[in-house]
This record gives sequence, C-alpha cells and structure tokens, in this order.
Amino acid sequence: MATNLPVSAQSQGGVGTAPVPHTEHDDHLHDHEHHDQHWLWKYVFSQDHKMIARQFLITGIFWAVIGGVLSSLFRLQLGWPEATLDWLQPILGKWIEGGKLNPEFYLALVTMHGTIMVFFVLTAGLSGTFSNFLIPLQVGARDMASGFMNMLSYWFFFLSSVVMFSSLFLETGPAAAGWTIYPPLSALPQAISGSGTGMTMWLVSMVFFIVSQLLGGVNYVTTIINMRTRGMSMSKLPLTIWAFFLTAILGILSFPVLFSAALLLVFDRSFGTSFFLSDIYIAGQALHNQGGSPVLFQHLFWFLGHPEVYIVIMPAMGMVSEILATNSRKPIFGYRAMIGSLIGISLLSFVVWAHHMFVTGMNPFLGSVFMFLTLIIAVPSGVKVFNWLATLWRGNIRFTAAMLFSVGFVSLFISGGLTGIILGNATLDIQMHNTYFVVAHFHLVMGSSAFFGLFAGVYHWFPKMFGRMMDEKLGYIHFWLTFIGVYLVFMPMHYVGIAGFPRRYYSWTGFDAFSQFADLNKFISLAAILAFFAQFVFIFNFFYSIFRGRRATENPWNSTTLEWTTPIEPGHGNWPGEIPAVYRWPYDYSKPGAEADFIPQNVPYSQTPSSNLPYERELAE
Amino acid sequence: MTSLTILLVLVLLLVVFGLLFRLQILTAIFSGSYVRQIGTSNRVNAVLMLVFMVVGGAAFFWSFAENFGKMNPPIASIHGHAMEKMFWTTMTVIGVAFVLTQVLLFTYSYKYQHKDGRRAYFFSHNNKIEVIWTIIPAIVMASLIFAGWKAWTRITGPAPKDAVVLEVMGKQFNWLVRYPGRDMKLGVVNYRLIDASNEFGFDLSDKAAMDDFVAPEVHVPKGHPVLIKIRSRDVLHAVYMPHFRVQMYAVPGMPTRFWFTPTATTDEMRAKLGNPKFDYELACNQICGKGHFAMKLKIVVDEPDDYVAWFAAQPPVSKNADLMASFKQMSQQTGLGKGGSQGAKEAAIEEAGETPAPLSAQASM
Repeated sequence: MATNLPVSAQSQGGVGTAPVPHTEHDDHLHDHEHHDQHWLWKYVFSQDHKMIARQFLITGIFWAVIGGVLSSLFRLQLGWPEATLDWLQPILGKWIEGGKLNPEFYLALVTMHGTIMVFFVLTAGLSGTFSNFLIPLQVGARDMASGFMNMLSYWFFFLSSVVMFSSLFLETGPAAAGWTIYPPLSALPQAISGSGTGMTMWLVSMVFFIVSQLLGGVNYVTTIINMRTRGMSMSKLPLTIWAFFLTAILGILSFPVLFSAALLLVFDRSFGTSFFLSDIYIAGQALHNQGGSPVLFQHLFWFLGHPEVYIVIMPAMGMVSEILATNSRKPIFGYRAMIGSLIGISLLSFVVWAHHMFVTGMNPFLGSVFMFLTLIIAVPSGVKVFNWLATLWRGNIRFTAAMLFSVGFVSLFISGGLTGIILGNATLDIQMHNTYFVVAHFHLVMGSSAFFGLFAGVYHWFPKMFGRMMDEKLGYIHFWLTFIGVYLVFMPMHYVGIAGFPRRYYSWTGFDAFSQFADLNKFISLAAILAFFAQFVFIFNFFYSIFRGRRATENPWNSTTLEWTTPIEPGHGNWPGEIPAVYRWPYDYSKPGAEADFIPQNVPYSQTPSSNLPYERELAE
Repeated sequence: MTSLTILLVLVLLLVVFGLLFRLQILTAIFSGSYVRQIGTSNRVNAVLMLVFMVVGGAAFFWSFAENFGKMNPPIASIHGHAMEKMFWTTMTVIGVAFVLTQVLLFTYSYKYQHKDGRRAYFFSHNNKIEVIWTIIPAIVMASLIFAGWKAWTRITGPAPKDAVVLEVMGKQFNWLVRYPGRDMKLGVVNYRLIDASNEFGFDLSDKAAMDDFVAPEVHVPKGHPVLIKIRSRDVLHAVYMPHFRVQMYAVPGMPTRFWFTPTATTDEMRAKLGNPKFDYELACNQICGKGHFAMKLKIVVDEPDDYVAWFAAQPPVSKNADLMASFKQMSQQTGLGKGGSQGAKEAAIEEAGETPAPLSAQASM
C-alpha cells in the first residue's frame, strides 16, 4: 500500500494488529473485569490509567479556561487603562472600585494566571494526562505499576485544585505576590492583602500538588523501567516515553525542593522564624526577624522553577516528535540524538536556575557560571529543532490537526527559544530582567508551545482516549486562529520589552519612558482576548466529539506504536489477549521494500523480509 | 434584563452554530468527502503554511521597523552603550537563525505535503550532520558567552575608588535617597530606629551620619563614576534605570550595589531629543505590592559644577530638628543608637572599606 488513503480496520489486520486472535478473549475479559463495576469506581475513583488521564485532561481544560479568563481581565486593564469596568462589577464585586480594577487584585490576577497555567494546566494537565495515558499503552503494560497510587495522584491534584480555586473567592483575595511568591512580600500580610489567607491556601494547595506530582512521577518511572513488554528495550521506546521518563525524574528530584521552600515560608509566616526575613520595617513597625535571606528563597524556588519549565516542555517535545514522524510518514531523524539531547537538557536544567537571579544581589561570579551553563543548554535545544526540520524534509506530510499543532509547536519553540540566548546572557539581562521581553520569551517558548504540544496530543490521541475522532475542520480553524493569535500577542510584546517596560505593572502611564506604547498594548490585548475566544472552538469540538464524533478505527493515523494495537476502546488491562511483543523501533515509516508505509513495532522482522536492512536480517532468524 | 437578553442571544447563537456544524457533517457524509483522509484540506493547509510565512514574516519585519525608534530609548551610560551594541549583535545572530529555521520549517511543510503515490524518503540518521549542527551552535554560543562574561565582569566589578556614592532605599511605595555629606561617608543606620521623621533609621550616635543628607531626587554628575548603594526596608524592590542600563534588586537585610558612569546631562538629553520635559527615571522592577507600578524617582544628571553646587546646598540631617528629636526618643525606647549597640556595629562593619575619595571637583571646595 503505497499511500495511506482510507484503510479500514480489517485491511490492516495483517500488519497492524496484535498477533493474537482476540475476539473470544476480548469479550471474556471485558465481562470479567468491567460489567459489574459500579460507576463510582469506574469513572470517579478509577485506578485505570486511561480514566485517570481523562480526569487530568478535563480538570486541566477547566483550569485553562480559568487561567484564560484571568489573563483576559488583566489584558483589559493593560489595553484600556482609561476604560470603566463597571460592567464587571457583578462578577468581580468589590475588586472593581469606582469603575477601576483594584491594583492589588490586578496583582492577584497575574499571580493566579501564572500559578494556574504553569502548574495546574501545563504540568498536571499536560504531563498528567499524557504520561498517564501513554506510558502503559506505549510500553506495553496492563496499567501503571501502582494503580492505587496513580488514583491518589489525581485525587491529590483534585484536592489541590479545590483549595486553589476556593482561594479565588477569599475576602482578602488570592495570593498576589507573583507566581514566584518571593518573600518578604509573600510572607507579610501587612505588605499585600493577598499574603494573608490567600497565600496560606496557595501554599497548602501547592503541598498537595507536590504530593500528587511525586506519586505520579514515581509511578511513571517505575512503570517505564519495570513493565515494558517483551522486546521493548530502552532503545526501542518511542520518544514520547523517553520524554515522560526524563520529565518524571526531573519532577521527583526538583519538586521536593519547592516543598522545602514552601515549608520554610510557612514557618516564617506562622511561627516567627527568620529563614527569609531580615531587617524589616513595615506598617509602622520594626519586625524582630534578623539574619534571613530573601535570596535563599529564590535559590530554592528556582531550583524547582527552572526544571519546571522543562517539565512543562519536554512532554510536548516528545509528543511532537512522535506526531511529526507519524504524519511525515518518515522516521524521526536522529532518534539517538533526540534521546541524547533530551538527556542533555534534563541534566543541564538542574544547573541553570540562577539565571533568573542575575540582578538579585547574588554574587556576580555565580552569575558568570550560570550564564555559561545557561547558554550551553541552547545547543541540545538547537539539535532538537534541526532534527525536527530534517524529519519533515522529503516527507509525505499529512496535515491532521495534530500535525498542524506540531509544526506550530516547532515554530513557536524557535521564536521563543532564541530570545533565551539574550536573556541567558547576564550582561544583557541587566536591562531585560523582569521586562515584557521576558514575558514574551517564556510565553512563546514554554507557554504557547507547551499548549500547542497539548493540543497536538489531544487531537492525535483522542481516538484512543474516547473511541471517536475529533472534527478535523474545526481543528484546522482552531489551529490557524490560535497560531496567528499567539504570534500577534507575543511578537509585539518583545518591542515593548526591548524598550524596558516592566512586567506586573498595573499601569505604565506614570512613566515617560513606558507611556509610548498605548496603541501596541491595546493591540496585544485585543489579540489575546480573541485568541482566548478561539479556544472555545476546541472546547466545543472536544466535548461534542466525545459523544457525537465519528467513530474511530483502531489505528486511524497508521501509526507504529503499541497503543494502536489495542481495541478501539481498550478496557482495563489494555489488551484483551496477551500483550504484544516488540521487535523493532517505533519509526519504521516508509521503509524501502515494505508493503505499507508503516510497520508497527509488534511485527517481527521475519514477517518483513523484503524491507529488512542488512543488520536486521540476522534478527529475522 | 438586558444581560439576560444578551445571554439568551448568545445561547441561541451557539445553538445555531451547533446545528450548522451538524448539517455540514451530514452533507459531507452524503457527498462521501467525510471519510477521505487526505483531500483538498491537506493542500489548503500546506498553502496556508506558505502564506503564513510570507504574510506573517512581512508583517513582522514591517512592524519591527515601524516600532524600532520607540524600542530604543536613549542611553546615557558608558556600559549602556556597550550593552546596546552587544544586544543588537546578539539579535542579529538569533535573527539569522530565526529566519533560517522558520523558512525551512514552512517551506518544507509546503513542499513535502502529501502527494498520492509518492513515498517519504527513509532517512533515519546521519551522525555527520548531527555533529555539524551541534558544533556550530556550540561555537556561536561560546563566543557569545565570552563576550557576555567579559562585559559582565567589568560591569559588576568593584567601582572606581573615586566614585560618587549615594544610597537608594526602597520602601512601599516610594524611594528614599541619601548622600554621605561632606565627610564622604554614609553614616550608620538601623531599621529599628525608623519612624515617620527618621525614615532611614539614622543612628546619630555615629558621627559620620550627622552630615548625611536626604534628597527628594537623585543628582549625579556627568562623566563621573557613580556607585549606588541599594537597600530595602520592607519587601523586595528593584532599582531599574532603563536609560543607564542599570538594574539591581533592593533586598531587605542585604545591601546591594551597582555602579555606572552617566554620559549625558538631563539638559543635553532634552536638547538632543527635542523634548523639554524629558527626565531620567528610576522605576521599581520587582513586584512589591499595590503601588508597585508607581514607584518613580527622578534622576538628574548635572554638569559636575552644578552637581557640586547642588551638593553643597543640601541641609544635613543634623539640621533637621524633627529627626533629631525623633532619634532621641527612639533611642531611649529601644536602647539602640548609643554607639555600642550590636546593630550599629554590624552596620559599621558593612560600611567599612568604602571610603571613596571625594569627587575631584568637590575636593577643591
């Protein structure tokens, strides 16, 4: 089959499906495992990794909408500083004073937007969804190493979400010290009202969140190391799994440090210790705290905070690699280099944290060291981009919605990643630190591109998640609106940043130097709000397709990895018969001499004599 | 009532949208185009990729050029000019990489779109290419690191001995400025002595503090190195002076510093920009609470002679009766400020080794 035009499920049977006859087993196992299950155990307290993944995804979508609403609110303020916002009074209540947004509430909005997007959407919603969904399916396991821990992981996340969400409705407002919660601002309720109960709830919520991440992470790593199916060596793992594996390791090693920072902050806030506080006179009173260091908190925070951005982006990288290869009908270029660069990024991500702190009063010598390490991380990132480009080269590209988002991911990753070379340079960071240049940089490189990875993943694996297809046309509309919107928002933001406009400013009109960009800010706000509304196309498509979408086939994308050898809606246990064994790497697309343009991982070399490469001939025997 | 109507209209619109969507699917099913995986839409998307590159790229370059003037606020410090150069050099380097990779990405997407009967080229790896595109970026990075490191060491190195010294202290929500006075030594301060009239917490048992003076704005002489000592008395702030390319956090409990040499007086800059209202500004650039966005401080760059005259005209704190009275009261209350307190000693150690020579012009006073 030289092309990949419509192929029905049956016609793939010879190459595509598990080598076990599955009809009888199928029904038997299903009856046995599922029919008696109470809905509470099936849909709510489920231990099935696929259900947990769906729970993470839907919670993540909920959070993304909240995060988007918050950003629309503060973009209103930035775009139209003179406008009266009385019409928001019914929703925001006392946070609108005389038609104006309360400046402390503005800070609460940016704080919560950051917290929600980084942790609840792009960590839990992205990595939580796809690590859970794909790890057992792609390594060939019945479920996670511990289904129970996995369930706990979701419910800790849920608890964390409930606490964080309730904090939005506090009388004194949610946390407002920035998502980085630098003390003393976050430690002293006298400094900002959000540092009262709002901050306490933020910290409590984050502790639950960290527990959830660790429970999940330990499970992911254990499953990948121990539960791979027969023949699935580490060098035959799809790049998605490599990405999830390294992401989980980063999380396990760095989240506990955030936990310790949060704990010490709780001590400073509630028990009078001085880890981060010293020499403070506030609200007419000199505090007793002496000898603490706010810079210490920054070290602890960014020791998580920096790996965190890779925790966000690496799963997206893995999925994009997979989707680009599948839809270019070509092997991913440089499989080993891709793994090597992921490992390089993971290692380096632990030793670059202080590039967030060049001008915080840290010893300038440390600044030199961290500048060196930071700019080095551009090399493995560059290698990844070149490999993606080489994967497209001479492919036979199918633009599914997932593919569009993957191409978009690469584009955004380039645009945002390159400015990191400016910001990683300590000298240039003196001027750029905390300006909109930074905001533009990270929104492109880890915000938007991780979102694009998330969308790509949802469009691509939706058929396996829900047994139905998402509507492709709506997917195209969603992609183009979002892609154009994101660039319209974040490209001009660089200009504002180069001029030195500081972030987290409620209004810039007080400064001559910053007041010249009123039009551009209006433009950015408009684009941001429109791009946000475009997301409802996705949300409609998502929920509509769950119930009414076209029925999927077993392997709609003609893909090679193991998840596509499961039935259309895999039950708990994933494969109705024996778990298929793996014989080859996951990227045998368009192999010369092969009949179809893809050979699934579970097809032995002995079945494909015509396409075997010289070294594979020995394996065939 | 109106909001209810709006809501109703929105709901109806959604319903209409849903029906249209359903209708479109049904017609597609009947026409048979629904099951075809790779049809016209593949071609449309491929063309759109190309269109996006051309139109988007053009829009980007146009808007960049259009805003270029605004992006470059005037620079008025020696290291600022060097940084500016490095910034635009780096921007050029990444600009080249940007154009190259984006053009490849979109043209490949267009060029290698699906065609019936064509088969993708099975090309799994090539170590030589990998090595090339590892080494070239590594070399470019190394040279950027080297340039950055050299400048960074120079900028953050010790200030020249003859630098003019002043202190800026951040508080919610304004900046306080003090100068060392004629003895060129900043006196001891202690945060426990702070109150409404002694905002710095001057410890007047220290002789060096007596001639310090507080100023409502920063004055610095042109062409002379200036060392700003930075403190905060409550939460984090950051001293950000975009025209001078200066930024440093103000950290409670940990004094920081930054030095620079201004190259143009306020008057010169006004003349150059043709804007008689122009002023150098100092902004807070680390979130510090409600008034964060309004922590502005005016900076005046004077000709050295004018600076000396201004400096001489400022009344020292010892002339401030309120402050003296407040200090007496506070020091009795707290037992601090008697010359022997622990806090004063620590602060004194901090200040040691920093007795910059007076500004040459001032010495001749």
